[in-house]
Amino acid sequence: MTTREIFDSMAYGPAPESDAEARDWIARHGARFGHFIGGAFTGPGDPFATKNPATGEVLARVTQGTAADIDAAVAAATDAFPAWSGLTCHARARILYAIARLLQKHARLFAVLETMDNGKPIRESRDIDIPLAQRHFYHHAGLAQLRDSERPGHAPIGVCGQIIPWNFPLLMLAWKIAPALAAGNTVVLKPAEYTSLTALLFADICREAGVPPGVVNIVTGDGDTGAALVDHPGVAKIAFTGSTSVGRRIRQATAGSGKSLTLELGGKSPYMIFDDADIDSAIEGLVDAIWFNQGQVCCAGSRLLVQEGIAEDVYARLRARMARLRLGDPLDKCIDIGSLVDPVQHQRVTALVDANTEGDTYRAPLDLPAGGAVYLPTLITGLSPAAPLMQEEIFGPVLVATTFRTPAEAVEIANNTRYGLAASVWTENLNLALDIAPKLAAGVVWVNATNLFDAAAPFGGVRESGFGREGGWEGLDAYLKPTAPLNPAPVIAPIAAPDTPKAPDLDRTAKMYIGGKQARPDSGYSTPVWSPDGALLGQVGTGNRKDIRNAVEAARAASGWSKTTGHLRAQILYYIAENLSARAAEFAARISAMTGADAAGAEVTTAIERLFTCAAWADKFDGRAADVPIRGMALALREPVGMIGIIAPDDAPLLGAVSLLAPALAMGNRVILVPSAACPLAATDLYQVLDTSDVPPGVVNIVTGPVQPLAETLAAHLDLDALWCFAGDTNRARLDHAAAGNLKRLWLNHAGNPDWHAPDLDARPFLNAATEVKTVWVPYGE
Amino acid sequence: MTETATHLHDTAQLPQVHANRNAGLPLDLDWVARVQANTSAIERRAATLPGRRTVKKSYQAAWLARAITLIDLTTLAGDDTPGRVRRLCAKARTPVRADILDALGLPPLTTGAVCVYHEMVPTAVEALAGTAIPVAAVSTGFPAGLSPFHLRVREIEESVKAGAAEIDIVISRRHVLTGNWQALYDEMCAFRAACGEAHVKAILATGELGSLRNVARASLVCMMAGADFIKTSTGKESVNATLPVTLTMIRAIRAYEAATGFRVGYKPAGGISKAKDALVYMAMMKEELGDPWLKPELFRFGASSLLGDIERQLEHHATGAYSAAWRHPMG
Repeated sequence: MTTREIFDSMAYGPAPESDAEARDWIARHGARFGHFIGGAFTGPGDPFATKNPATGEVLARVTQGTAADIDAAVAAATDAFPAWSGLTCHARARILYAIARLLQKHARLFAVLETMDNGKPIRESRDIDIPLAQRHFYHHAGLAQLRDSERPGHAPIGVCGQIIPWNFPLLMLAWKIAPALAAGNTVVLKPAEYTSLTALLFADICREAGVPPGVVNIVTGDGDTGAALVDHPGVAKIAFTGSTSVGRRIRQATAGSGKSLTLELGGKSPYMIFDDADIDSAIEGLVDAIWFNQGQVCCAGSRLLVQEGIAEDVYARLRARMARLRLGDPLDKCIDIGSLVDPVQHQRVTALVDANTEGDTYRAPLDLPAGGAVYLPTLITGLSPAAPLMQEEIFGPVLVATTFRTPAEAVEIANNTRYGLAASVWTENLNLALDIAPKLAAGVVWVNATNLFDAAAPFGGVRESGFGREGGWEGLDAYLKPTAPLNPAPVIAPIAAPDTPKAPDLDRTAKMYIGGKQARPDSGYSTPVWSPDGALLGQVGTGNRKDIRNAVEAARAASGWSKTTGHLRAQILYYIAENLSARAAEFAARISAMTGADAAGAEVTTAIERLFTCAAWADKFDGRAADVPIRGMALALREPVGMIGIIAPDDAPLLGAVSLLAPALAMGNRVILVPSAACPLAATDLYQVLDTSDVPPGVVNIVTGPVQPLAETLAAHLDLDALWCFAGDTNRARLDHAAAGNLKRLWLNHAGNPDWHAPDLDARPFLNAATEVKTVWVPYGE
Repeated sequence: MTETATHLHDTAQLPQVHANRNAGLPLDLDWVARVQANTSAIERRAATLPGRRTVKKSYQAAWLARAITLIDLTTLAGDDTPGRVRRLCAKARTPVRADILDALGLPPLTTGAVCVYHEMVPTAVEALAGTAIPVAAVSTGFPAGLSPFHLRVREIEESVKAGAAEIDIVISRRHVLTGNWQALYDEMCAFRAACGEAHVKAILATGELGSLRNVARASLVCMMAGADFIKTSTGKESVNATLPVTLTMIRAIRAYEAATGFRVGYKPAGGISKAKDALVYMAMMKEELGDPWLKPELFRFGASSLLGDIERQLEHHATGAYSAAWRHPMG
């Protein structure tokens, strides 16, 4: 077009970003890459092509990592670990700072390379991905500097295997490598096979930044390479970001290994517009929610929930907005939507959407660019929550919508999902926003905003969106472990029936305790409990899966407990302590009778003290306001995990159970407690104390019986949020496997049990496990 | 005058020659009360837009040429004289050196209007005779708008009589700050009536309205009362045109068009002095309202120094070399 013609048409023209520097960089590496192991690139091996999805052009060939490559990388990381973890905090901080500076200096090269490899618009890689990655290293340089002063009694975990997705290649690398290095770990990172290039460029940066050889290792390849990394015995921790299905497989693959695990998985995040919202801003927010990165965002606001009275208005404005999106060459600075990462993804999205038969489908009336896996921005309205597209993650530029009538119904629909990653709430009513935010099953809530990220603000999910947080102190904690010594969990078998039993003076029946009532076992069987000297101390119910079902249902019904104040929970914990104290002699005698130990009084005293400690914490385990670079607040709130199954240890029948029960209750959780099979009566005696201490029905449920089957039923229960198992004799691998179903949080005593009797046992690891951090972003300004 | 230029002049810049002049609405207080403007979200949109839309090379040159046609070339100084105004009008008739336009293959251009105080209207009308460039007069006790109401109405009438085709009125900020929408509506209706066939731009003085929500509500009330344009500022407030204010006002224009079918124009004024800024504003108009708002009928820049920067950029496009201010005739 001539300038004159443009003067008349006022069209946008092409605004291409040059790819020359990025091509030079690829050429300098001969367009063939090996792995980065021990501070040097290996020679290229079995190659596969990495393509520009917008054009189909092969950009370079990278190497399919083998098990031997993973071996070499883990060996390098293992060798590097002692020196790296032994550096001063300041020395590590300097290196992270250098990485941040170098990312900044080469920002455009990273951005262009990212766009070429991934297909995302250069605007996003340039203005979002790369600046956030820089910020992550800057922030973590600070966390490295402060680690020892702020996290005494903690040490790095060791070699971390990290597997990242293709949607934000460099940014996810930063989210993984920065905290690992800041904490003092060494890493083996596998980038996604579609998008290896910026990770390899990052390897260059590591050398310039003075990262010691072996501290960062990058092995390229596909899922097989990832599996080899997951399976490697030299890896102490696996951090994965990607699909829920792969996350579940990793949970199963690491079952029983004791590897630390964080999973950041999929989502179907609700985007809620209330009738008092700034609708135009909410619609513009949707552009950043579901049409950001072609919708290939784990926390994409992909489920639009609109208050019924404004729905047609919102949909009409939204369709008009969609018609103004610009598709095209991702390297063009004036486009909104580039290419999906690969034709395979295009086929996936197409198949999912084409299979839908409900609602009204609107496709933005835009011309598809020639070439590339471009999917038209799509809005599907009028879907019911039962529609597959309302439940399944599409991972493409497809928004599905439905309506709600009331705030309560909005929350109900929002939470009607297996996922729980993020949520957006649009309303001008602060009361409504701050009322809704805590009720949403999500790790991140944005009020009048969407897809805000920062290194200082924890990010991560609940439910099947995974566990663990990335960013801030919470993210650093995921790469640290306490140094307090653990003792191997003793295996204490129930005492066998004596040849000549001594009958008790009067029969004593310990029932189960479910929903605030004493309950007989569903099985109709009981198990005798014998003292070492052959006395029949009592019978406990032989619990089965139905008793667990009933207990979980009772706990579900007791949801009010999770909304009570810390002050009230503290009062009740103090009251339990008071009532336990009043019966201290009785409990001590019971423990002595079961274990034959003399000094059981001390165990009761410590249990009372532990209750006090947790009561003390109940209203003091605060969240924080993260210092994020916006005008607004990012509140990292601590919420109860929800419902926790606790398999009590055998080595301290009362104190062990109390040490786990108290922090769980203090933080507002409901509990299903399975007492030690060897010494169950200390726990069953406790229900009388609970009854007299104003603990609401269903908050604590006690199911006695054979530990392994009960624990497995709990592990597999899809309505249970967490399982803690400190029994001596359990098959932890089976629990890991069973828990993969709903990706529940597991805390198993692979490494042993803490010293329950230690008067100064730190409650904070228990409180941490009993809480989930929810980050609520509240930008403000009038 | 070339044929092209004649054609351009025929595409008159006056909204009143178009059929659908905003007829206004009865004051709809429910609608006014429903209006929301979330400041932080609006700021995010405004802050990211320059990164989302850009024009390069010949497209940039064409857009900048278009920007010139959108400028209300303005002088509002206490020391304005007939000589100064005639010089400005001459610049409005020939805003860019002909050799530059020739090199770029662009037609002769004029600015959108010339904007002056009442006393300078006759001079400007005379100096622009034979062109289609309208004279705009700031009015109603500009800039504070606190002179007696009947005098403010009378001032409009005098300026119209003197030949002003466009009247830039200032609203009473106190009506917005006290939530007295009825008073604002009544005042605006009176101003519109006084304008007659002259088209009226309502200056909201957004820098003095306290919040974007107030800006949105005041925009809506002025449109209901028949404003042909809504305009940000007098240029005399401490904060004048900004992108967040622009977004707020043009979204109000969009909502008003959706509800009534009337297209109301928009004029950011004060503080837009760089060619690059002008392009961002134009991209925002194109994105939020569409191409009709890239024409002088519906979009004007209130600016005095913007033209100079655009001239330098156009010479750069024509020659490939960066330009200097003194190479371009002053206004």
